[in-house]
Amino acid sequence: MSQVVINDSEVDIVIGALHSDLTSFMNEWKPIFSRFHLIIIKDPDLKGDLQIPGGFKADVYTKSDIERVIGSSSSVRFSGYACRYFGFLISKKKYVVCIDDDCVPAKDNSGNLVDAVAQHVLNLQTPATPFFFNTLYDPFRKGADFVRGYPFSLRSGVDCVLSCGLWLNLADLDAPTQALKPGQRNLRYVDAVLTVPARAMMPVSGINIAFNREAVGPALVPALRLAGEGKLRWETVEDIWCGMCVKVICDHLGFGVKSGLPYVWRTERGDAIESLKKEWEGVKLMEDVVPFFQSLRLPQSATTAEGCVVEMAKIVKEQLGKIDPMFSQAAESMEEWVKLWKSVGSG
Amino acid sequence: MADTSSHGSPPPPLKDELDIVIPTIRNLDFLEMWRPFFQPYHLIIVQDGDPTKTIKVPPGFDYDLYNRNDINKLLGPRASCISFKDSACRCFGYMVSKKKYIYTIDDDCFVANDPSGLPINALEQHIKNLLCPSTPYFFNTLYDPFREGADYVRGYPFSLREGVPTAVSHGLWLNIPDYDAPTQLVKPLERNTRYVDAVLTIPKGTLFPMCGMNLAFDRDLIGPAMYFGLMGEGQPIGRYDDMWAGWCCKVITDHLGLGIKTGLPYIYHSKASNPFVNLRKEYKGIFWQEDIIPFFQNVVLPKECTTVQKCYIELSKQVKEKLSKVDPYFDKLADAMVTWIEAWDELNPSGASKGKA
Repeated sequence: MSQVVINDSEVDIVIGALHSDLTSFMNEWKPIFSRFHLIIIKDPDLKGDLQIPGGFKADVYTKSDIERVIGSSSSVRFSGYACRYFGFLISKKKYVVCIDDDCVPAKDNSGNLVDAVAQHVLNLQTPATPFFFNTLYDPFRKGADFVRGYPFSLRSGVDCVLSCGLWLNLADLDAPTQALKPGQRNLRYVDAVLTVPARAMMPVSGINIAFNREAVGPALVPALRLAGEGKLRWETVEDIWCGMCVKVICDHLGFGVKSGLPYVWRTERGDAIESLKKEWEGVKLMEDVVPFFQSLRLPQSATTAEGCVVEMAKIVKEQLGKIDPMFSQAAESMEEWVKLWKSVGSG
Repeated sequence: MADTSSHGSPPPPLKDELDIVIPTIRNLDFLEMWRPFFQPYHLIIVQDGDPTKTIKVPPGFDYDLYNRNDINKLLGPRASCISFKDSACRCFGYMVSKKKYIYTIDDDCFVANDPSGLPINALEQHIKNLLCPSTPYFFNTLYDPFREGADYVRGYPFSLREGVPTAVSHGLWLNIPDYDAPTQLVKPLERNTRYVDAVLTIPKGTLFPMCGMNLAFDRDLIGPAMYFGLMGEGQPIGRYDDMWAGWCCKVITDHLGLGIKTGLPYIYHSKASNPFVNLRKEYKGIFWQEDIIPFFQNVVLPKECTTVQKCYIELSKQVKEKLSKVDPYFDKLADAMVTWIEAWDELNPSGASKGKA
């Protein structure tokens, strides 16, 4: 279909640095990243200076920068993987692409390097189709279309505001699963992008995503922190919680979410069995929230992403606060986040 | 791959539990290519059109053939629910089958090759899809978690990982894609060359356009809902048979807690039908669809509907109530839906098909 031209000035690439030596990570991504502006946020808990190779247009933010912007006390903590949300907050671009610092570019089935940024932006610039499932997947991809039986009134689609990419090698499996199957590697390159239907819930992994900041920036909330949250993905659920919120908000506002390409190649680190001890808390918490998100409906009066987050925070506090204080905390963080977003955005 | 020689290899899966239903008006030469995969199975051939014509079936296949005379004889006045001069007549094959599983395929669909060049045993993949659970309540970003090499991703609730029984396996097509007439007219040369190596469950509450070219299902779980409607001669519409069945099946599987998968396997679709002929058949449907879709999106089946037949009868009532005003055709269709269930129950007296309510 349409040939999408990426305007460099519309894209920020946000990297949460959980490792201080970013040299090999950045060099692997150089062919793809070098034309864009990068926002690198150093995990405030990380000791030592970041090592970043030259040849990039990068702005680096550390603990002191974070504190300067948000003040010293805030219920929103930008530490660990949540540090990247600070990047979302201060970005001024329309599109944000965010990739974990233990991922490198993948190769497709023909052996070509996958330009994850270009694919994400393409996903965001072509319509999503959440109201009816197209069996040939994304109808806006070259060589595809809507199939017989797809209602014509639904063919113009809606804006896609979130693009969820996937991972080859180490897929984003949880600790129990990876511990049970230590040798399991994802080598299946599925050549598809598809819209996740409206009202279908999904786990949005933060490892490889992109979004339209102007449309839904505030809806990506750094809110749910585990007491024992760690520095490995197995030890967090912040992105899962965030993703559940975003999907409900997108469904409410009539936006679309895509999943599938692009792939990144995720490298090994950590020990699944070790992480099991920490992750179990998160796994149990998520069980409690599924029915909540399934039935969550936002009021008609919420017409912006900020408005939706505020409403959602109220409902979370009301309905989930009594199950676990962690949810009350999450609700507070969500409220604080919206305030931050407004104040930083207007500055 | 199915091995028809006796070298101690495992027998073809579900050999005695699956029927292959093929509607045809011409010959069945295409079966020659499918022989290595289909020969162990029983075929039900539903001959459409002129019953005096002889359909040539390649030797070596175990089959039953039904033409219009047979349909009339077996169903009597109820034969009116089976379309004439349209491949929708294939659903008669579902009704007379005595097996648990059905695979249906069009006679212009051939064996496709996967990206490594190996021929795809479509039947085997459908069986795999049907025999492992679906996951309609939460979308797994790595697609079917039961496939080899895949699993549930982080964040997928453990309480939902058991899945639900799979009622339908919807396969896809390489080469000629299943486009509607307007799209065919605009893109006559487009071919589907993209092999998407995925099977996925269509989420609960989401409708899809089902295609009958390469389709398998569990007759016990969903059979009575696989009615392909009134199409062809004497009817104002065509090429909406499989889609109608698909929408009915989806609301019923959603209600009964069953799953529908789509994706692999691919077959190679060789014949592009005439887009002008198609346009004439589909024309009314293109407009009616705009009412049909909201109807299905808003259908609520009462809790008391605990079997497929009960769901289907209830659906027929709602079709009559809400769609008759779109066109009197739907009034006829609602009646035919009831006739179909009556005929199904008469030919399949062992008990109502139920899924998990």
